[in-house]
Amino acid sequence: MKNSFLVTNRSVLVFLLCLALFTLGVTVLAEATGAGVISTSFVKTLGKTLCLCLIAIAMDVVWGYCGILSLGHFAFFGIGGYAIGMWLMYARTHDIVVGSLSNDVIPATSAEISDAIGTQIFGVVGSSEFPLIWAFAHSLPLQLAAVVIVPGLLALVFGWLAFRSRVTGVYLSILTQAMTLALSLYLFQNDSGLRGNNGLSGLQNMPGSDLGQDVLSIRFFWASAVALGLGYVLFAFVISGKMGSVIRAIRDDEARVRFLGYHVESYKLFVFTITAMVAGIAGALYYPQAGIINPAEIAPIASIYLAVWVAIGGRGRLYGAVIGATFVSLLSSWFTGGGAPNIDLGFYEIVWTDWWLVLLGLSFVLVTLLFPKGIGGLFDYITINREKGPKA
Amino acid sequence: MLRALVMAVSIVVLAAAAAAQDLQSVLRTHSEEIAKPSRRSVQVAIDDLIALGQPEVPMFLERWQGKEVYQWDTDGQFYYVDGADPFDLIDISTGEVVGQAPKGELSQIKPNAGVRGVIGTALVQFQLQDPDPERRIAALDAIARDGSADQLEPLAASIDAEPDAAIRARKESLLQMLTARFGDATEDRVAAIEALSTEVSVDARAVMNQILTSQNGVATELPDANIAEIREPEFADAYAELVAADLAEPALSADEIKSVLAANIVEGRVGGIPVSTLSDPDARIAAYQALADAGTVAPLMTQSDMQAAIDAHVFYSVYDEPIAAVTDAAVAALKHMELKVGAMQTADLAMDAISLASIYFLAAIGLAVTFGVMGVINMAHGEFIMMGAYTGYVIQQIIPDYTVSIIVALPVAFAVTFAAGVAMERLVIRHLYKRPLETLLATFGISIALQQIAKNIFGTQARPLTSPAWLDGALVFNDVVAISYIRIAIFVLAVLFLCLILFILKKTRLGLEVRAVTQNPGMAASMGINPDRINMLTFGLGSGIAGIAGVAIGLYAKVTSEMGADYIVQSFMTVVVGGVGNVWGTLAGASLIGFLQKGIEWMNPSNTLAAQTYMILFIIIFIQFRPKGIVALKGRAAGN
Amino acid sequence: MSALLEVSGVSVTFDGFRAINNLSLSINEPELRAVIGPNGAGKTTFMDIITGKTKPDTGHVLWGEQSRNLLGMSESAIAREGIGRKFQKPTVFEAQTVRENLAMALKNKRGPFDVLFYRKSAEGATRIEELAAEVGLTEQLPRTAGELSHGQKQWLEIGMLLAQDPRLLLVDEPAAGMTPAEREHTTDLLVRAAKTRAVIVVEHDMEFVRRLNCKVTVLHEGSVLAEGSLDHVTANPQVIEVYLGR
Repeated sequence: MKNSFLVTNRSVLVFLLCLALFTLGVTVLAEATGAGVISTSFVKTLGKTLCLCLIAIAMDVVWGYCGILSLGHFAFFGIGGYAIGMWLMYARTHDIVVGSLSNDVIPATSAEISDAIGTQIFGVVGSSEFPLIWAFAHSLPLQLAAVVIVPGLLALVFGWLAFRSRVTGVYLSILTQAMTLALSLYLFQNDSGLRGNNGLSGLQNMPGSDLGQDVLSIRFFWASAVALGLGYVLFAFVISGKMGSVIRAIRDDEARVRFLGYHVESYKLFVFTITAMVAGIAGALYYPQAGIINPAEIAPIASIYLAVWVAIGGRGRLYGAVIGATFVSLLSSWFTGGGAPNIDLGFYEIVWTDWWLVLLGLSFVLVTLLFPKGIGGLFDYITINREKGPKA
Repeated sequence: MLRALVMAVSIVVLAAAAAAQDLQSVLRTHSEEIAKPSRRSVQVAIDDLIALGQPEVPMFLERWQGKEVYQWDTDGQFYYVDGADPFDLIDISTGEVVGQAPKGELSQIKPNAGVRGVIGTALVQFQLQDPDPERRIAALDAIARDGSADQLEPLAASIDAEPDAAIRARKESLLQMLTARFGDATEDRVAAIEALSTEVSVDARAVMNQILTSQNGVATELPDANIAEIREPEFADAYAELVAADLAEPALSADEIKSVLAANIVEGRVGGIPVSTLSDPDARIAAYQALADAGTVAPLMTQSDMQAAIDAHVFYSVYDEPIAAVTDAAVAALKHMELKVGAMQTADLAMDAISLASIYFLAAIGLAVTFGVMGVINMAHGEFIMMGAYTGYVIQQIIPDYTVSIIVALPVAFAVTFAAGVAMERLVIRHLYKRPLETLLATFGISIALQQIAKNIFGTQARPLTSPAWLDGALVFNDVVAISYIRIAIFVLAVLFLCLILFILKKTRLGLEVRAVTQNPGMAASMGINPDRINMLTFGLGSGIAGIAGVAIGLYAKVTSEMGADYIVQSFMTVVVGGVGNVWGTLAGASLIGFLQKGIEWMNPSNTLAAQTYMILFIIIFIQFRPKGIVALKGRAAGN
Repeated sequence: MSALLEVSGVSVTFDGFRAINNLSLSINEPELRAVIGPNGAGKTTFMDIITGKTKPDTGHVLWGEQSRNLLGMSESAIAREGIGRKFQKPTVFEAQTVRENLAMALKNKRGPFDVLFYRKSAEGATRIEELAAEVGLTEQLPRTAGELSHGQKQWLEIGMLLAQDPRLLLVDEPAAGMTPAEREHTTDLLVRAAKTRAVIVVEHDMEFVRRLNCKVTVLHEGSVLAEGSLDHVTANPQVIEVYLGR
């Protein structure tokens, strides 16, 4: 089945090919595996960008195709990051604690080990007890499951409540934003059980492995590339065929779809939940490369940026989301990292680290006003000039 | 000297046994205590001085306290001094210059802080009758701060002659408090306590708490004392208390057991148990038992031993006050007071909630107005609020007079944000009608840009917007209920704006046209209304109100580039919860959210973050049941 | 023969305005029925109630052999029961092709996972071709629906209704804005459809109704004023007053 689907969707193959070539190129140029032209930190930046592309295509499906402007998908991304971060932090602290306790003449009891880990992790918020939500932190498979299940479940419950009461359009956006805000405010508390505003740190280290950061970075890069490829195929499959037809119909005229006998709420819930799960996976791959996660990452503004990427890249086409996320996030790190040359106007010097957000905000307004199809819209001109076909 | 005259009156009261002695001779008798006073010994001297009952005594005490008394080594007498070296010696009774002495022959009397305190207490009785009301109030403050039994009598004596009604009332209330604590007769104290029970002041409650101070104790049997309560401490605490009271042997902690075991390893075993198995807590106990059985270490205190020790003792707390009738009355009085204080706190909370609701209303009403035009919440609204606040700040830099600058700032802030709103409508919103989600995002973009521009211009640190002096302070009802003038002002502003908006919408031509355009733009256009113009004006109006709200909010909170973001969430919650396109809905939404937030904060005062989280959760659930808000349009007009 | 749809004693009020007032009406299967009435008579609200868009204050709407109550069911569930609705303004999915529009409407399982793993079948394709031929859009199948003319959109929508294979078809002013030739085509479509199912046509245009040649129900101020053949109702003095008195 997938075969025939891939054959009929050539653009997916083209994308996968590009992704494979890019991955190969980075591998050849990276420190651990090749020429060492690309630094470890830049490999991480590229790996993180791939994760952002993954959540961007999820956002595109939910917004560009289904018409739900969710301002909550970065919350799901963050939850994925927290879920994997809990295991990374627990397992690493466990290793360190067991190592330091092994010098004692009397072997440590499991309660002593657990206390010591608790003190290490939660000392910063004045506690040493493990909160209930850390119950599975010792188990990698369970936390990996949580990466998908927790965002999925949250999206399912939230979506069910919202769609059931026919909250749509702008109201839904605001409601999702409220959800994100509530989550980040909750996580900011010291007694949230996730170390308050300290967040989880040291995530770049892989417990039980003595691989260097250069090797780890390229492995995470590969994992991110594979995840993006699989995610792209999954979403391309979802939005193709009759499912895609129904989803786009819901975006354009929800009431009409209802009178065709489709239970619109179930479809929205399906799209909302599956994209939330993919967002969780993207987060789980992103934060080990970033090394730290804290509640500020989940703040509503992050989800708005996500919408900005997709809008600039071009809604309603998956590759548009990828282009937008790559373009804007790399540009953003170029500007904010001091890469862009400052402009001296004589009476005032434009320092890009200060003015980048202004530029982003205004260019976002301009894109919305003048190029509603985003960068991806440029491809239409090329295609239309070459072959005038009905391919949507 | 007027003061001397009044002091003379005090003699009548004080000089019960007015011996025909003079001040200097009493001082000579106590020369040692006065020259090198200690807190303990000085009381005798002071008592004799007061018993002397002469008008120059208080002056002497004051100067003594102020380190202005000198002893002349030549004759051992005490003098005040004046002038420069050689100093004039002034007689402490007559106040006349009686001679001169070089600096080397004079020793300054320097009572230490403790002694000065004792002198101060002695002085209180004189100050209570001082002709200067400020000094009398200062004396009363001193008593209220640190009352003692010996102030009771002078305070009671000073009431009859008190000319000032307010001070007199204060004296009576203080007398009641002192009586409650230090009165001689139990009935008097109980009566005073009952009288105090109608008060809610912090002082009155402090009196009750002082009467009810208690000490914890533990013994085998309950002692015969005024028992406050029988306590039931937690196991670990109880045992620690027993150990502290030398009623039990300390038990070994897990760590101590571990180090004992580590010290007794013999050939890889402890008490015959292999070290490698000691990661099991039970094995550790067994190993220790084995060591104890062999007599190597002290026997292990087991959990049941400890429990038995705890069971054999009674934990209690006992009042410092021995008379049960007094403590009973105080407990009852405190309960009564707390009930009353609770009611007043509720009132205070309600007032807080009203002022919070006023702020939300001010922040949200402009948003509700622009919503009518756009059909979408303007995400840059928060930045308009911020813009208004910064306008106020800039104007305060130009006009230093705070009253004038605020009066100027309000219209200027309105003008600035009105212009910004109109510009935004013309340049952006106008092109996006019928594309609500994109309007939302475009206003996000503007919000991001405006916030960063403000940050670039004004920096990241908070800028003050100072309120005029007449807005400082608070309207104080009593120790519990108080409301700051600034919040009253914001409430008044909110009411004014409610009336203004209602007037504009219901009574003016503009309002009529606005309603026409928001309900049916096509029809309105065909009736000769220019929807473009109306949209622009309405948007400007809504934004202008945001600017004024910004000034108001800036007055009581700090002005930062992120302040808009702090209010936008609450504002759109207000609009959404209240119901869109309706002034009363916004009012209802603001009240609901204001009261809800205060209510949640009250239930969980330690944590405003949690309060906000719960509030947002509530709103999410609320929208499930009332998707169109509290004041919803019904029927076909509501659309799909 | 029992009625397919039975509406009895239905009333609905919007902000004090009685849009539907104790309305009762029943329709058999197969049957073609025209509902006429002046503006504000409650024609559209009547359709809204049957399709679940508006919840009435009182009354019953009973459906099918088991007389199931349609009130309280969601719009999509009612549609799956076999009630199709065509709106006054043509509402087709303009961003999608005619074929996609029809495919979406085809009678199939409607659950998300059924749709996700739905595979195009020869049967489905044949059915789409048939429907396209029926409404005269065979040529237009690969075109985007947005490019169609107004009349073609109306037909596409009727085609989508037929694809649902409903037992009851509710059609709101199908002839509005059509050329005479298009009207004729539309009339034929509806008459043919009514051979196997119940069709209710809400219409303003008497000429169009006359051509349908069916039983007519006249609505006025939210209740049934008269019922019978067109000649019968137009002879009714009350109907004349309502129509001409305005």
